[in-house]
Amino acid sequence: MKALMTTWLAAMLLMVGSLAHAQANLTIEITRGSDRATPVAVVPFAGGENLPEDVAQVIHDNLERSGYFAPLPRDAMIEQPSESGEVRYRDWRALDVRYLVVGRVSQEGSGYSIQFELMDVSGERRMLGEVLTTPQGQLRKASHHISDQIFEAITGIRGAFSTRIAYVTAQGVGDDMQFGLYVADADGRNSQQVLSSVEPILSPAWSPDGGKLAYVSFETERPAIYIQNLASGQRVRATSFEGINGAPAWSPDGRKLAMSLSKDGQPEIYVMDVGSQDFQRITNSSSIDTEPSWAPDGRSLLFTSDRSGGPQIYRHDLASGEQERLTFTGNYNARGRFAPDGESIFLIHRSNNGYQVARQDLDSGRLVVISESRLDESPSVAPNGTMVIFATQQGNSGVLGAVSADGRASFRLPSAQGDVREPAWSPFLN
Amino acid sequence: MQLKSYARTLAVALSLAFVAGCSSSGGTQDGVMDGSRDGAAGTGTAGSGQISGSRMGDGAGQQADGRIPQQRTIYFEFDSDRIRSEFEPVLASHARYLRSNGNARVVLQGHTDERGTREYNMALGERRARSVERFLGVQGVSPSQVEVVSYGEERPAARGPNEEAYAQNRRVVFAY
Repeated sequence: MKALMTTWLAAMLLMVGSLAHAQANLTIEITRGSDRATPVAVVPFAGGENLPEDVAQVIHDNLERSGYFAPLPRDAMIEQPSESGEVRYRDWRALDVRYLVVGRVSQEGSGYSIQFELMDVSGERRMLGEVLTTPQGQLRKASHHISDQIFEAITGIRGAFSTRIAYVTAQGVGDDMQFGLYVADADGRNSQQVLSSVEPILSPAWSPDGGKLAYVSFETERPAIYIQNLASGQRVRATSFEGINGAPAWSPDGRKLAMSLSKDGQPEIYVMDVGSQDFQRITNSSSIDTEPSWAPDGRSLLFTSDRSGGPQIYRHDLASGEQERLTFTGNYNARGRFAPDGESIFLIHRSNNGYQVARQDLDSGRLVVISESRLDESPSVAPNGTMVIFATQQGNSGVLGAVSADGRASFRLPSAQGDVREPAWSPFLN
Repeated sequence: MQLKSYARTLAVALSLAFVAGCSSSGGTQDGVMDGSRDGAAGTGTAGSGQISGSRMGDGAGQQADGRIPQQRTIYFEFDSDRIRSEFEPVLASHARYLRSNGNARVVLQGHTDERGTREYNMALGERRARSVERFLGVQGVSPSQVEVVSYGEERPAARGPNEEAYAQNRRVVFAY
C-alpha cells in the first residue's frame, strides 16, 4: 500500500511538475486567405539547406497565417538573392511582389548566425537589416522573432508570432475521460504539458506577465481555481468554495482575479485580490452571472448574464458600480473578450447558423459574425488584436481555428488525437 | 466500478497532499470564508463528514428502504431546468431512499449538451441540479444529505453534434 502511494505521488508530481514535453503538437491548415493580403516574397535563406528548421519557410508561413500577407510560392521565384545588393527590383515588380525578404544562415560555434533584410520593392529601398545569433535548438524561435520585426516594419503593428497558446485536450466519454492542459507556440509547435487529469480542466487564463496560468480543475471531483507557475510547475489552489469556481480572468496589472462563484446560491462575479485573498462581490442578482473579462484599462469588466432572459453581455464599471447591457443582436451572446484597443469585443453569438465568433464594435453596437462553423467557442484575441483563436469542430473532433479580426483570413490547427479546445492566447512574452 | 472509485479517492487525496505541499506560503483559499460549506478542500468524496454537523443519530429507519434506486439519471429539455413529469417518480424514489437512510449522501451532478459557452453551461448544469435539489427538499430530504456539482458540458454521456447525443447529455446524475 505504501509503495503504491509513493508511486502515485511520484506520478502526480510528474503530472503537475515542470513542463513535460509531450507529443500533442498541432499542425496548421490555412482554410482561407484574405483577398486584401499584400503580396510578399520570402526567398529561401542561403546556407539554410540541411538545417533543423527552414527559417524562410517559418517566416513565410507566419506571414501567410496572419492574413495580412500572401507570400509568393517558391517555385514562382525566378531568382534567389540572399542580400539586398543582389536584388533586381524590376524582376520582383514583374511578379507583383511589394515586399521582399532575403537572408542567410551560417553555423557559428554551436549555434547559428542569421542575417536578414527586408526590402520595399516599389521604393527600391531597404527597410530592415539585421544579424542575430541564436543558440542551437532555437532556430524556430529566432524565425518567429524575425517574423515579428518584418510584420511590424510593414504594418506598423507589433508582431505576435513569438507568443504562445494554452489549450485543453480531452479524450473519451462519460466517466472514462482524460484531460490535458498544454501550452504551445502560437503556430501549434513545441507543445508542453502543464497538467493531466481524469477530471475536467477548463478556462485557462494567462497572467499578464505570461508566467502563470489560472485554470479550473475538477481533480478533487469538485471545481476549484488553481494558479500555476509555468516555469517552476508550482501552483496554489486559489478558490474551492462550494459550487461553481469558474471563469478566472486576470486583471491587466496581474494583481486581481475576476471569477464566477456560486457559493451564495447562483453564479455571481467576484474579484479576488491575489495577494491578500480578499474578495469583492461585483454582481448581485438572482440570475446567472459568469465569464468575467477585464477591459484593457482595468476599469471595467465584461460578463455574461441571463438577467434579461437569455445570456447577454454586460459591462460593469468598477468605479461607479454601474452595469450596462452591451449586446442586443439575437438572443444568445456570451463570453465577451475585449480587443486590446478596448474599442470592440469578441464574443459567441447564436444565430440560425449556430454558435459563432462575432465582433461587436462598442461605439456603433454593430455585431459582425467572423467564424463559419456551427459550434464555435472560446474566442481568445492575440495580444496585437489581429487574430482570434477559438474552438471549433472538424468532423466529430474539436479543433482550434483562428480567424483574422476582420474575418477575411482563417486557418485551423488540427490535432492528431482527441479533442482540442479552450484556447487562450498569451500576452506578449518579452 | 469499485476499484475506479477507490483509485479516484486515492488520486484526490494525493493531489491534495501535493497542493498542500507546494503552497506552504499559505496561499490557498480553501473556501472557509463566509462560512460557506467547503465542497473541495476536504477529503473529496461526498458525505465524508465536513458537510454538516447535524447528522449524527438521524440514521433511524435505515431498513425502511435500504436499496439505492436503480435509475440514477434523469433528462432535461433543451435550455430547461424543469423536471419532466415522467421523471417525478424517479425523484420520489430517491427522496424516499434518502429520507429513510439519514446517513446516505448524494451528489447531484448537473450536465448540459455541448452547445453554447462552457462556463455558461457550467451555470446551466448547476441550475438543473439545483432544480432536483429543490424537488428533494420539498419531499422532505435533509439539505445536509444533498450536494450539487455541475460538470456543465465537460463530461458528455454521448458524443456527436446531433440531437440524439444532446438529449442524453442534458441530465442530472445521482451519485451516491
